[in-house]
Amino acid sequence: MSFSKQVLIAGFGGQGVLFTGKFIAYNGLFEEREVSWLPSYGPEARGGTSNCSVIVSDDPIGSPIVMNPDILIAMNLPSLDKFEDAVVPGGKIFIDSSLIERKVERDDVDVYYIPATQIASDEKLSGSANMILLGNVLKNTDLMPYENVSKVMEKLVPAKRKNLIEINEKAIELGYNF
Amino acid sequence: MSEKVLMKGNEAIAEAAIMAGCRHYFGYPITPQTEIAAYMAKRMPKIDGVFLQAESEIAAINMVIGVAATGKRVMTSSSSPGISLKSEGLSYLAGCDLPALVVNVQRGGPGLGGIQPSQSDYWQATKASGHGDFRRIVLAPASVQEMVSLTFKGFDLADKYRMTSMLLADGTIGQMMEPVSLDMGEVTQYDKSWALTGTGRQRKPNIVNSLFLKPEELEQTNFERYDRYAQIEKNEVMYEEYMMDDAEYCVVAFGIASRVSKNVINEARKKGIKVGLIRPITLWPFPKDALLKAADKCKAFVSVELSMGQMIDDIELSIRCKKPVLLCNRVGGMIPTPQDVMNAVEEAVKIGG
Repeated sequence: MSFSKQVLIAGFGGQGVLFTGKFIAYNGLFEEREVSWLPSYGPEARGGTSNCSVIVSDDPIGSPIVMNPDILIAMNLPSLDKFEDAVVPGGKIFIDSSLIERKVERDDVDVYYIPATQIASDEKLSGSANMILLGNVLKNTDLMPYENVSKVMEKLVPAKRKNLIEINEKAIELGYNF
Repeated sequence: MSEKVLMKGNEAIAEAAIMAGCRHYFGYPITPQTEIAAYMAKRMPKIDGVFLQAESEIAAINMVIGVAATGKRVMTSSSSPGISLKSEGLSYLAGCDLPALVVNVQRGGPGLGGIQPSQSDYWQATKASGHGDFRRIVLAPASVQEMVSLTFKGFDLADKYRMTSMLLADGTIGQMMEPVSLDMGEVTQYDKSWALTGTGRQRKPNIVNSLFLKPEELEQTNFERYDRYAQIEKNEVMYEEYMMDDAEYCVVAFGIASRVSKNVINEARKKGIKVGLIRPITLWPFPKDALLKAADKCKAFVSVELSMGQMIDDIELSIRCKKPVLLCNRVGGMIPTPQDVMNAVEEAVKIGG
């Protein structure tokens, strides 16, 4: 069975939606898979709702637009409202339960509630809720192996911003062990 | 350097242009192509190149004319409304027989329109990019890799035929990231003895000009130009065929629309519908012969477009209206969903029998 995962990450602009997508995309590149990363752009990226489609696959990728994600990472309520029904049956939804109070209504998907914003704030990792959620995705899916985290981080964050690397890696670890 | 890197489509255009030897970029910011200008602003000063943010799109295209006249590789980029502003300059480039690359990362129109992806500048790019009798090579990338290869190709063809190439992309391909190889090989050098490089009092001055007051002379320049266009139509047509070998139905789509279509073709094949895709890569010259050939064996065509139906005219002309052509479209920044395209394919099956 060839590998193919469609991921949709959605939240407010500024929550690191696009960065999270890039992280997944870079890992796909390292694993020599086909990859596409498509952001919402324009006013959305400047503070409104923002989302990012990532596809990682062994086969050539047709449309880069994720209509029906295997994995949905929802970082605010409007995103969950908008995309809950789009997730494929048997798919997985990861929710920042500090910001989304309601539960997922479907019973044909696996749901993971992680109070990511709260954890980030408690651990003085503010702004890293996205990486905490990603950590939990790594634990509960075969999207990417945990061992690759450092390698991808190195590629994505410039070495001179070493503190950011540490913060992000800590956040991923917290999410993974949640 | 065959290692692949992840790049945004817009950045890939800029890097490919630099690799192709372009050291002069003139632009004016507009969504969704501003990353091209941003990338050029960062890179050009480091390689002794020129990045200049002009006071307007009109100024930028006229700066392009100036550099092109010296025989140096030059480009500008914009999005739909900005391209309209450039149309006078585009006509002058054609009238002066100057090579240049113009990038249009299309957004929804008309007017200021929106900023989401569109293909509604098809007519403008392929038929009506300015006043007068002239053509322009139009290349339509469908991936970030093609943003690289077709930018390279665009410069090459422009030099080869002394005319302007346009890279006609859309907001999706401009904004998305995919792994790309930047290995494009050597840049072919062409004779540019026509260029304005200073005579050093060693030769007669070259003249670059689009004004011919004697009608006989102006007619002759048009005839000569069209001889060149005929060569291009003969030699430079590019297209991709996907699952066309046994196809009974043919989807025609370029850019982002072709990618959605490929997904649908895979799904339709599972349902036993023998459908394939012809993806024009050059929109001018248009792959007329491939389509006409397909008309002999296909029962119906579907044109998938992010416009109110512009390319469909060229399809009908190419196949000489031998078979029905259905339109599947979304506009204003919307993209046809796989379901939209599947519905159109199933409709084609009904009509084609």
